[in-house]
Amino acid sequence: MASLSLRNVIKRYGHGPKANQVIHGVNAEIQDGEFIVIVGPSGCGKSTLLRMVAGLEEISGGEIDIGGRVVNDLEPAQRDIAMVFQNYALYPHMTNFENMAYGLKIAKVPKDEIRARVDKAAKILELGHLLERKPRELSGGQRQRVAMGRAIVRQPQVFLFDEPLSNLDAKLRAQTRLEIQKLHRELGITSLFVTHDQVEAMTLAQRMIVMNGGVMEQFGTPEEVYHTPASTFVASFIGSPPMNLLKNAPGGRQGTVLGIRPEHLDIADTGWELRVETVELLGAERLVYGRLQSGNGDEGVIVRIEEGAHHPQPDQILRVAPRESRLHWFDAASGKRL
Amino acid sequence: MVERSLTRGLLAHFIMVLGVAIVAFPLYLAFVASTHTAQEIVQAPMPLLPGGHFWETYSAALFGRDQGAGSTAPVARMMWVSFVSAMVITFGKIAISLMSAFAIVYFRFPFKGLCFWLIFVTLMLPVEVRIGPTYQVVSDLGMLNSYAGLTVPLIASATATFLFRQFFLTVPDELVEAARIDGAGPLRFFKDVLVPLSRTSIAALFVIQFIYGWNQYLWPLLATTSEDMYPVVIGIKRMIAGGDGQNEWNIVMATAILAMLPPAFVVILMQKWFVKGLVDTEK
Repeated sequence: MASLSLRNVIKRYGHGPKANQVIHGVNAEIQDGEFIVIVGPSGCGKSTLLRMVAGLEEISGGEIDIGGRVVNDLEPAQRDIAMVFQNYALYPHMTNFENMAYGLKIAKVPKDEIRARVDKAAKILELGHLLERKPRELSGGQRQRVAMGRAIVRQPQVFLFDEPLSNLDAKLRAQTRLEIQKLHRELGITSLFVTHDQVEAMTLAQRMIVMNGGVMEQFGTPEEVYHTPASTFVASFIGSPPMNLLKNAPGGRQGTVLGIRPEHLDIADTGWELRVETVELLGAERLVYGRLQSGNGDEGVIVRIEEGAHHPQPDQILRVAPRESRLHWFDAASGKRL
Repeated sequence: MVERSLTRGLLAHFIMVLGVAIVAFPLYLAFVASTHTAQEIVQAPMPLLPGGHFWETYSAALFGRDQGAGSTAPVARMMWVSFVSAMVITFGKIAISLMSAFAIVYFRFPFKGLCFWLIFVTLMLPVEVRIGPTYQVVSDLGMLNSYAGLTVPLIASATATFLFRQFFLTVPDELVEAARIDGAGPLRFFKDVLVPLSRTSIAALFVIQFIYGWNQYLWPLLATTSEDMYPVVIGIKRMIAGGDGQNEWNIVMATAILAMLPPAFVVILMQKWFVKGLVDTEK
């Protein structure tokens, strides 16, 4: 177990003026035992960042420090990390036992210790009866557990997860998410988890890094990221449906953007005038899509209301009141929080 | 519809049976000839049913005989020479192409592109084209009439290198990365992951290359002059005396049948693997 520091980490492909920079100076101090999720849309550089920590991508600038040791020039095997890949990357010709034991075998760990460690990991992951089978005889979820087992037996300082759940179906994903949380509680190993799925990010993270275009937009707990998004990007990326961002909000100043989450708008007697366009029923709640009539614009707004309270119809004019304490103001040009 | 597919099926079978007959009849004739005496075969209507001299002919062929128009060397020895050469060529080709494909796919080295194209270009230079210089080199090195002389010039193989290259390119990158994280160096990865994954391709190549090695004709014709280093294919040729010499066709035919057996066995035994290697995508 160890802390992990990223200091002004930069990734560039190519050299000179033609170089294509994909990571723009990421700084993060990660405590020992923390579970950190890196989240962002595809192409934002989150996987690249993870692979740089793993040692699979060269670091073009800055430093990566694992447990007080700068690892920039170390081979992946020497960095004391373990990685779980999106497509599992199990060796197809080896049994699951051999898959999990392979790293230890290369590290010349004595046979009985390998046996003991693999058995222990298999017990945690409930894989005991599958050890003598080959990966192709397993379901996706079981393969994912073998891949995690391979990571566990190495007893690394840091776990790296590269979108490990995206090849699983929705039900299994939720289940595996819980298992990963449980595993992290039991083992307490510092973990970096890359995903593009904000639900995974919110549920798993102790703290999360939100990335966009190679830049770290925000680094904080899920609560912080949700309640005080650092930029319009974070505001719109985290939360479903996304936060309403209004350039011409009633009462707003020129050059500012007002953000308000759909659940922080209440149907009331006073407030903004809204023409309802469509209504979606999601079981316990309704999403009302409308156009703002007041103010000087015609902007789309989403309101989330409880299912039983109101029954808005299309073309109806509603009045919605934003909760003052839940308003977010952003600079229109930079997108930063004001 | 049923009727139509029935006639179609009949037609298909007719064509297939015809094809098999065309291919199989000469083989059958060779077998018939090998069971008669030399005199019986040359009579005007050649017998079309097997005769009673099976053991005589085959033992004469296998273990040699005292006299004859052409070469009378024992075929058993030739089969051995053929077998050893074919095996050396096969395993040599597989080993070298595995390694060169590994280098081409997984390493960055200076002039990699050039190396790749050089290998590619050798596809256009079969043994026949470079046979003069090759003979010069082999004879200068004193390798005529030896297993080395029979096999070494035939080992390098662009085709097999390409086959493995194509296969290696389909191995997911994550597997390489997982191996790096597990601490496997390049050779370890080659030995523990790539070679086991290539098993089926290796098996398919084994079949192709064994037959290629066994059927070599032109090169051994040049590289061997002594009877005890003749591969069986050359042996057949040497048995046939030119001009008006009286050939022992029964023994020639018996040798031909014997020469066909090992490749046939290899194909039959390896058939399953062979097909798997060509179509399988187990990864």
